[in-house]
Amino acid sequence: MRSNRTGWGLLSPTLLILIIIGLLPFLYVLVVGFFDWNVFSATGRPSWAGANNYRRLVFDSDFLFSLRRTFAFTGIAVGIEMVLGFLLASTLVQDFPGKAVFRTIHALPLLVAPIAVGATWRLLTIPGLGLVPFYLDRWFGFDYRTGSYATHAFVTTVFMDVWHWTPFVTLTMLAGLSSLPREPMEQALVDGANRAQVLRFLTIPMMMPVIVTTLFIRLMDALRIVDEVYLLTGGGPGLSTHYVGIYIWRAVLPRTDYGYGSAMSLLVLYLTIVLAWLLFIVLSRVGRQQS
Amino acid sequence: MMTNKSRSTLGWIGVYALWIVMTLITLIPIYWMFVISARSRVQLFSRPSFIISSFYQNNYIEPLTNPTFQRYLINSIVIATSNALLVATLAVLATYALSRWKLPGSDNIFFWTITNRMAPPAAFLLPLFLLYTRVFKLGDWTMFDTRIGLILLYCVFNLPFAVWLMKGIMDGIPIELDEAAFVDGASMWTVLTRVIVPLAAPGIAVTVILTWIFAWNEYLFAAQLTSVNARTITTGLAEFVTVTGTNWGEMAAVAMISMLPALVFLIFVQRYIVMGLTFGAVKE
Repeated sequence: MRSNRTGWGLLSPTLLILIIIGLLPFLYVLVVGFFDWNVFSATGRPSWAGANNYRRLVFDSDFLFSLRRTFAFTGIAVGIEMVLGFLLASTLVQDFPGKAVFRTIHALPLLVAPIAVGATWRLLTIPGLGLVPFYLDRWFGFDYRTGSYATHAFVTTVFMDVWHWTPFVTLTMLAGLSSLPREPMEQALVDGANRAQVLRFLTIPMMMPVIVTTLFIRLMDALRIVDEVYLLTGGGPGLSTHYVGIYIWRAVLPRTDYGYGSAMSLLVLYLTIVLAWLLFIVLSRVGRQQS
Repeated sequence: MMTNKSRSTLGWIGVYALWIVMTLITLIPIYWMFVISARSRVQLFSRPSFIISSFYQNNYIEPLTNPTFQRYLINSIVIATSNALLVATLAVLATYALSRWKLPGSDNIFFWTITNRMAPPAAFLLPLFLLYTRVFKLGDWTMFDTRIGLILLYCVFNLPFAVWLMKGIMDGIPIELDEAAFVDGASMWTVLTRVIVPLAAPGIAVTVILTWIFAWNEYLFAAQLTSVNARTITTGLAEFVTVTGTNWGEMAAVAMISMLPALVFLIFVQRYIVMGLTFGAVKE
């Protein structure tokens, strides 16, 4: 019954689609990364550039800055989302009046298209029009301007991402938590362990598979963020919120610098894979030690 | 779980305080979007205020009665629904294979599948554009600006997600169940449709709703790989940002409208989401 032919047969439609629409463009990007190709250049044709695009990358301080910013953004935003999502999910395991209402409202941001999220947050934070600068100034005398202060813009993008994606983490965490067996925890409490110990030595290790899956999906999506941030800040002020997705997009679309855009894209893809792989190893080792 | 019956009164105050704060933070931007959608251009640029003094209906009426906008909405519904169903079906088959067969290199295949979601999308616009306009063509017909084009394209970042989610769910279904059915002489197809799918149903529901949301919300590819016929609601949203200034009111109204189908969908399946993800995490 379990012949390998059947197994491959079941896998084949998925692989077929991913190879044609995922792998082919990837190979194309891989090849273009070795060419100097800008539609607006003198020839407008691709010319062989060897590793020049990659050499250019290493010395492109704007790109490296944008990469650092992206990692900072991803680290902070995803970190907050994971902790907050876990906390919220752990309160939802038990029934309490109003739980269904809270849960449904909490999931609302997931339903708003990123481009609308960006627009809404822009309207919330535009100086002179938005609620946030108006009330921050009135109540605290705080001069909040996303258009002028890099930190304000950066914090706003983090806050927006947390607003948008924490519900996703809450949902997956809730599912994980409510499926855990209760006996080990109850036994540990009877045996005199306190809640923090139960959380540290039982709940978190048992939740590891769910935590890893959620973390990966969030990391991947945060590292390639484009539309929300672009509508909110336009990547500014300066380069402060010019995250790498936007940087590549701007290189490819208005400037049509395809070769360089491809090289940047591949570097980011490579970094993401390495990061995912490292995290996977570290987390699964930690998980194994604790359980 | 650590939440046994003994949460103290203070604990409950904390829980409620947390949820009330979260609910407010969640609702303020959405409410603000609603406020904007209820205002004309003139009202919008007055002093910021929470109160809706008069409801400017044109923001809603104009897009809703506009045939172009109606087409965008229908396109979005068709594309997101087909994509979600296709992705869920393929992911069930694929994860069943990954979870039950010891295929050579299946761990690598699993990881490679996921890497498809990791690439920054922008650089892939050009190859996809070329693929859709030059390679996939039959006479005058090309994949460019077709619904099927977007449906297949969204598989590239939704399948990895779905495979990841469904893999856990499949691994959670005890293999003894299929073995028992096989011993009773059932075919693989029967096992899959009668044993696996019903058990994984909640998980499949989760996969469907989340991929549906991802497809519904996608903008970058929809904007570049369509021109007239297959435009989606998110590209419609972006069209309000024009060189002569953004029509914030109508944009907010369209954003509100575009939330509704997803909201209906979510409320129906939310029970399954919790149940479904739950099942996926049952392991060992």
